This record gives sequence, structure tokens and C-alpha cells, in this order.
Amino acid sequence: MTYSYFPGCTLKTRGKDLDTWGRASMEALGIHLEELPQWQCCGAVYPLAKDEIGSRLSAVRALAAARDLGTPLVTLCSACHHVIKRTNYDIRHDALFRDRANNYMAPDTAYQGEAQVLHYLEVLRDHVGFDTLAKKVVKPLTGRKIGAYYGCLLLRPSKAMAFDDPENPTILEDFIQAIGAQPVFYAQRNECCGGYVTLEDPSLSQARAGAVLHNAAAQGADTLITACPLCLYNLQKNGGKLPVVYFTELLAEALGLKEVPV
Amino acid sequence: MSQWTDTIRQISGVDPRKCMKCGKCTATCPAYDHMEYHPHQFVDMVTTGRVEELMASKGIYTCLTCFACVERCPRSVEPAAIIEAVRLAVIRQQGGNHMTPDQIPGLLDEELPQQAITSALRKYSKGG
Repeated sequence: MTYSYFPGCTLKTRGKDLDTWGRASMEALGIHLEELPQWQCCGAVYPLAKDEIGSRLSAVRALAAARDLGTPLVTLCSACHHVIKRTNYDIRHDALFRDRANNYMAPDTAYQGEAQVLHYLEVLRDHVGFDTLAKKVVKPLTGRKIGAYYGCLLLRPSKAMAFDDPENPTILEDFIQAIGAQPVFYAQRNECCGGYVTLEDPSLSQARAGAVLHNAAAQGADTLITACPLCLYNLQKNGGKLPVVYFTELLAEALGLKEVPV
Repeated sequence: MSQWTDTIRQISGVDPRKCMKCGKCTATCPAYDHMEYHPHQFVDMVTTGRVEELMASKGIYTCLTCFACVERCPRSVEPAAIIEAVRLAVIRQQGGNHMTPDQIPGLLDEELPQQAITSALRKYSKGG
């Protein structure tokens, strides 16, 4: 089975571990992620201004390309996922935006929101299934205590993201269980790490990252997992000693694709 | 009422008069200590025409845009969209950019993800 895949700017550069192990693992699970031809950067931030059309057009182009290919559009980076899923929501629910975007882009067939946007984790949960994943694990992470770090962008606003319960999510904990480790629940798992202002106000980024890692460590986590390159950078740089890795790295370890670090 | 109130309402698409002043947005804000005006005050001061005070405040650059206030507002007021609209009211003015591309090289480090740069330029400058 082949799905379209939007890697985004960071997964080609600093976030290669998220991308490489994500693709290899999905291949092992029977799904080929085919990179969307000629994709453009999504812009990393969803514009909240209702009067901004142009800054949402790269996402519309990706959506229309996936629609033309007849495949779901899979994203892995939390930020890309946020921008592209919300833009698809806007196309479906905001007629003025839909008309303006189509009038400007003038595609052969107007884009009306036909594409389905899936985060990689949603593919694991809804298409592969965590039970099936658990059966394919060859090196279970037995004894590991892993904290899921959701952050903001995957969950909120839940009306448009429709990803998981925004206040009590379980998708990452179910994933952690599927790869044989023990999930650690902690209060800060769906609160912001402050990565967004790392260039503007590092003291705020440090305060937030510290709060997240302190809380996770206090609940017994030995590692945190994330799907966001900016969260990973910020938690590592501004947070503390607790290791933070991409969830795809642990997935690849469990599937026997990646050597377990000593 | 300030001339800016309508501008903020147009940019954000939000009606701040829906607010019932429960304070949940501010109570849940992770940037609370780094903003002189808090999310509920943004909503209130746009309604009462005190937008210029908000435009001059540091908080328009420290909002984390984490959507905690948006998700938890029982009236769907979307304080984050109002804060972004106030920031844009500043940035869209001539010379109003808060960050420019020539500042970026001095801010880089080895591990900084591209996502951080793209985000900052989009957040702090027009046309980013």
C-alpha cells in the first residue's frame, strides 16, 4: 500500500532521525510512504489571521496534489501536520477561503477538501493497528519507562485537529505499550514546551522546558518521546538531562531496524 | 471605541464580546509570567478600545500560540487569535517587523531546527 508523504523542511535537515526511522518502520509494516513531488514548505506556523490567504496556499497545493494522486496525505512533523490539517479544515468549512484559494491557484479541478490528512501516529493507530504493531515487535523495550510528550500542535484545537482527546490523549501511550515499554503519565504532557519563542525570549523557553522535564522525571520517566523537531530541540537545549528522542527512533528499535544505543 | 477595535475583529474573525469573563484562558496560559497583559485582558481591552496599549506590550511577542486558551474557552472566543491580530496590527505597519532575515545568522546554533527559523519569521515579520 502506498500513501503520499509530506516530510517538510526540518525532516530533510536537522530532523532526519524522525524521517529516516519513520519511513523505514512504515515500510516494515507494509506501507510505503511516497514523498509528494515538488512539495513546498508549509510555513511551520498556521496563520490565525482570517485575512491571510497566501500563507496557507503551500498547504493547499500539497492537499490538491494528494487528492490528484488518490492517496491519503501522511505527515510526521507536528507543525506540518497542524498547518496542513487546519488548512484542509478551512477549505471544507470556510467558503470564502476556498473560493479565494481556488481563484488564485486556478487548478484544473478546484480543491474542495477531498484529501485525507493523517498523522503518522494515526496511520499506526487506525490503519496498521497497535495490536498488529505489537505482534511485529521483535525487540520489545521491556522495562523502559517512557513519557509521551504531546505538546500543543498535535492536539489543539481539537475541533480542527480531531487527533485525540485534547485533555486526556492516549495515542502515544498506546504506542509505547505496543512497543513493549511502560508509559509514564504526567500532567505536563500536553502543555506547551515554549519552543516557539526560543529565539525571542529564551528565559520563557527554559522555564517551560524545565517544567515539562521536571514533571516527567518526577513521575519516573527515563525518556521522553515527541513528534516535533522544535520540541525536541527546546527540551534538550533548555530543559535538563532527561533524554528526549523521536518516537520513530524507538519504533525502529522495537522493529529491529535500528541498533539499540548502549 | 478605538479605530483599532474593528481592525482586530476583522483580522482575527473573532467577536471578543462573546467573552463571559471566566478567566480560564489566563488561568491556563503557560506564558502568564512573561506577559504584562494576560489573555483575558487582551479580550477585554480590545472590546473597550484600549488596543494601542496592547500593541505596545511585550506580550504580543511572547504568546506561545499553544492554543491552550483557545481549546479551553467555554465561549469559543479564541484569545490567541486576538493576540495574533494585535501583533499583526503592529507588524503590518511600515517598518513594523519585529524580526528580519538579517538577524537570523546571529541567532543560529548547530542544532537549531529550520522549523524554529521559519516559525519566528512568520510570527515576527510580514510576508514571512
